[in-house]
Amino acid sequence: MSVMGNTTPPPLAEPQLSRREWLLSDRPTSRTQAKLGRAYVAWRRFAENRLALIGLIIILALVLVAISADLLAPYSPTIGNLATARLLPPSWEHWLGTDDQGRDILSRLIYGSRLTLYVVVLVAIIAAPIGLLIGTVSGYAGGWVDAVLMRITDIFLAFPKLVLALALVAALGPGIENAVIAIAVTSWPPYARIARAETMQVRNSDYISAVRLMGASPIRIVLRHIMPLCMSSLIVRVTLDMAGIILTAAGLGFLGLGAQPPLPEWGAMIASGRRFILDQWWVAAAPGVAILLVSLGFNLLGDGLRDALDPRSSGQ
Amino acid sequence: MSVVSDTQPAPRRRRARSLVKSLLGFLVVVIVTYLGLLAVTFFIGRVIPIDPVLAVVGDRAPANVVERTRQELGFNEPLTTQFVIYVQKALSGDFGRSVLTTNPVMTDIKRVFPATIELATLGTLIGAILGIPLGVLAAVRRGGWLDQIVRIIGLIGYSVPIFWLGLLALLIFYARLQWVGGPGRIDVVYEYTFTPITGFYLLDSIIQRDWSAFGNIISHLALPSLLLGYFSLAYISRMTRSFMLNELSQEYIVAARAKGLSERRIIWRHALRNAAVPLVTVIALSYAGLLEGSVLTETVFAWPGLGLYITNSLQNADMNAVLGGTIVIGSVFIAINLLSDLLYRLLDPRTRAR
Amino acid sequence: MSAPLLEVQNLAVRFPTRTGRVDAVRGVSFTLGRERLGIVGESGSGKSQTGRAILGLTAPSAQVTADRLRFDGQDLLTMGDAERRRLRGKRIAMVLQDPKYSLDPVMSIGRQIMETLRTHERVSRSEARERALAMLEAVQIRDPKRVFELYPHEVSGGMGQRAMIAMMLIAGPELLIADEPTSALDVTVQLEILAILDSLVRHKGMGLIFVSHDLRLVSSFCDRVLVMYAGRVVEEIAARDLSQAQHPYTRGLLNCMPEIGASRHPLPVLERQAEWAR
Repeated sequence: MSVMGNTTPPPLAEPQLSRREWLLSDRPTSRTQAKLGRAYVAWRRFAENRLALIGLIIILALVLVAISADLLAPYSPTIGNLATARLLPPSWEHWLGTDDQGRDILSRLIYGSRLTLYVVVLVAIIAAPIGLLIGTVSGYAGGWVDAVLMRITDIFLAFPKLVLALALVAALGPGIENAVIAIAVTSWPPYARIARAETMQVRNSDYISAVRLMGASPIRIVLRHIMPLCMSSLIVRVTLDMAGIILTAAGLGFLGLGAQPPLPEWGAMIASGRRFILDQWWVAAAPGVAILLVSLGFNLLGDGLRDALDPRSSGQ
Repeated sequence: MSVVSDTQPAPRRRRARSLVKSLLGFLVVVIVTYLGLLAVTFFIGRVIPIDPVLAVVGDRAPANVVERTRQELGFNEPLTTQFVIYVQKALSGDFGRSVLTTNPVMTDIKRVFPATIELATLGTLIGAILGIPLGVLAAVRRGGWLDQIVRIIGLIGYSVPIFWLGLLALLIFYARLQWVGGPGRIDVVYEYTFTPITGFYLLDSIIQRDWSAFGNIISHLALPSLLLGYFSLAYISRMTRSFMLNELSQEYIVAARAKGLSERRIIWRHALRNAAVPLVTVIALSYAGLLEGSVLTETVFAWPGLGLYITNSLQNADMNAVLGGTIVIGSVFIAINLLSDLLYRLLDPRTRAR
Repeated sequence: MSAPLLEVQNLAVRFPTRTGRVDAVRGVSFTLGRERLGIVGESGSGKSQTGRAILGLTAPSAQVTADRLRFDGQDLLTMGDAERRRLRGKRIAMVLQDPKYSLDPVMSIGRQIMETLRTHERVSRSEARERALAMLEAVQIRDPKRVFELYPHEVSGGMGQRAMIAMMLIAGPELLIADEPTSALDVTVQLEILAILDSLVRHKGMGLIFVSHDLRLVSSFCDRVLVMYAGRVVEEIAARDLSQAQHPYTRGLLNCMPEIGASRHPLPVLERQAEWAR
C-alpha cells in the first residue's frame, strides 16, 4: 500500500471501546479503520431504507438461484416432453406450466437467471472500465485530449442506443455474446461523462497537487488517486443502469437477436410465448414477471446505494 | 457574470449576436455528430461483415448479381474512398435498395415513418400533459400519497419490459374485453375506403371528414399510445419531481414567499418556470426514447412503422434497410437534441447572453 | 416613540430530526418600534430563523411557538395563511443575503418588482411599470429603464441587491427584515447598499431588523443590538453602549475585531463557555 502503510488494524486500544464505537470514531488511528468506519456509516444509511433492502434481497436471490440452478430446477430447461407436457397450465407438477416444447417454465426461468446475470455482469465489466478510463483521462488531461474524447462521447450519447445495438447485432450475427458487445458499446458514454465530471472536481484540489509535487506521474495520479474517487458514483450509476441493460437484452432476445434457442433467455421466452398469448397466456407472462422483478431489484438497490453513498442527491 | 456598465451595447443586440455565434457552434456539432453516425453505420455495414456484398444483397443472391453489386457499390475501392461515396449518397438520401421490398430504402422509410411519428408524438403528449403536473404535485407534497404513486409509477416504468406489457395489454383490453382495436393502424375493412394523404392517419381522417374511419383509427391508436404514454409519464413525472424539489429549495422561492405571492403562483410561475429549462431536455429524450423503442412496440402491435420495418428487415438480413432506418432514427435524434438545445437557450436567459 | 410595531415573547423554533429535536431558537423576546434593531450572532445562533419565524417563512418541518407574536397589534400565530400572506411583502418584507440566489433567474428584474406590487395592489400594468422604474431610481440605479429589462445574472451583486431592495420595498412595508443583506457583496459595495437601505428606512419611517454576524456593522447601523448565542438572546444593549457590554460572549466578539496599528499576535480566539448555551 502506501509508504506510511498502516495495514493491520491496531488492537482495540482501549478495551472498553465497543466495536461500534471503534467504527464510528471520529479520530481513526489507521486508514483501515477510517475506511471500515465509512463503509459502516454508509451501510447503516442503506439499511435504514427498507425498499433498498428489498432490492438487495431480490438481487441476492437472483445470484443464489443462478448458482444453484442445478439443484433448484425440477426439470431440464432445454428438453421437454412434447408428447404429454405441451402447453400445460400451472399445476402441482409444473408450478408455472409448460411451453410449446413441453418444457417446464419454472425450470427455464431458473436457468435463465444465469443468462441474465451473465449479460449484466459482462456489460458492466466491459462498459464501466471503458467509461472510467475515457472520463478520467479526458478530465485530467484537459485541452485537446478532453475536447476530442468528449466529442466522441457526445456523438455516442446522441445515438439511438437500442437501434444501434440492433444494427450491430445484425452485422455481428445473433447470439448472446454479440448482444453483450452491442449493449456494452452503446452504454459506456454516460460513465465517461460521470468520471470526467468527478475528475474535474478533484483535479485542482490541494491533495492532488501534493501528490504531483511528490513526483507522481500522471498515469499514477489517474490510476491511484483519481479513479478510486470516481468509483462510488460510477457504481451507483452502473447499478441504476443494470435494469436498462436487462431490458435491452430482453428486447434483443424478444426480437430473436439475443440468446438463441434452446437457451432459456427470458426475452426470447416471451417471444415464443407470444404465439399462444390468447389461450396459454402464462407462457409469456411468467418470464415477463421475472424480468420485472429483477429490474425492480436493481432499481431499488441503485436508488438505495445512491442515497447511502451520495446523500446530496438523495430523494431526487 | 457580466457587470452592467453604460458602455456596453443594448442587451437585446448582445443577445442576438451571441445567438448567431452559438448557432454556428451548433452547426459544427451537428455536422460532426452526423458524420460520426455515418461512420458508425459504415463500420457496421461494410467493415464488420466478412463479405459486405452478401450483407447487402443477401446470401441467396446469384453470383453474377453479387459481382455486379460489388462493382456498383464500389467495393473494390479503398475503404476511405468508399466512405466518401457512402457519405455523399447518404446525404442525398440514397441508402440503396431494400432486398425485401425491392424499393429504394428511402422510399420505404418515407412511407412507414409517419406511423411511427404519430405514435411517438401522441405518447409523449400523454406523458408530458399528465407527467408534469403529477411530478409537480408529488414534489410539493413530498412524502404524501401522490408522491408514493409517482414513485411506484416510476419504478414500474423503469423496470417493466415494454413489449411484455404491450402483449398483456393486448390480451386483456383487445382479446378479452374488446375495448380497443387490435394490432395494426386501422381495420382491414377500411383499407379500400380510406386513402392516406399525409400518412398521419388521424390527420388524414379529419381532412377527409371520414368520422367512422377516425373512430376506428382512435381505437387502434389507444392502446399503443397509452402504453407509450405510460413510459413517457414514468420518466417525465420522476424527473419533474426531482427538478421541482431542487427549485423549491432555492432562495428565490423564499424571496417569492416574502413578497407575499400565493403558493400556486410560486409553484407554477416561479419554480416550474425554472424547472422547465431542464425539463425540455427530458421531454426531448423521452420522445427520442419512444422513437427508438418503436422497434419493440411496433413489433408487438403490428404497427406498420419504421420500427417494424427495421425488425422485419433484420429478420431477413436486409442490411441496407436496417442501416437506412438506423441513420434516419439517428438523424431524428440529432435533430431532437439540436431542437431541445435551442429551446433550452430560449428558456434560460443565462445561456442566452453568454 | 410610537406603540410597538412588533412584539415577540418567548419565541422558539424547533426542527424535529431523525436524531432528535434541534432547538434553533429558544425563548427569544423583544419589542420593536419604528427603530433599527440589530440581531448579531455566529452562524447557527438562530438569528436568521428568528427573522424567518416573524415572516412565517421557516421550513415546513419547523415548529414555531411563542407566548406572543404580534405585528401592529395583530396576532401572527393565530392568523390564517392567506391573511399572513397579505402581510408579507405589503407590510413586512425581507431582504435576503445573496441576490445571485434570491432573485428568480428566469424572470426579468422589472417584472419581479412589478410582481410584488401587483400582488398587493390593483394597479394597471403601465402604472406598475412606472412605479417599478421609480423604485429602481430610488435605490440609486442610474439607468432604470435598462436594468428593468435585464435578468438577474446580467447585473453585478451590488446592482442585484438594489433590485432586491426595490422589489421588497415597492409595496411600502412598515417593517423590513434584512437578513445579512451585505454579506455576499464586495466590501466597497457594502457601504453603498447600507447607505441606500439607511436612507430608505429613515425616509419612510420603517422599522428594521438587521440580521448580521458583523457586530461592528450592526453597531454602527442600528439603534439597539440583540446578541444571540445558541438560540438565546444573551445580551440586549444600545448600540452606543456596546463598549460596555457585560456578557463574555459579546466581549469576546468585540475582542475579535482587528484594529489598525495594533499588533495582534497571537490572534484572540473566542473561549466558549458551556453555560452560555444554557
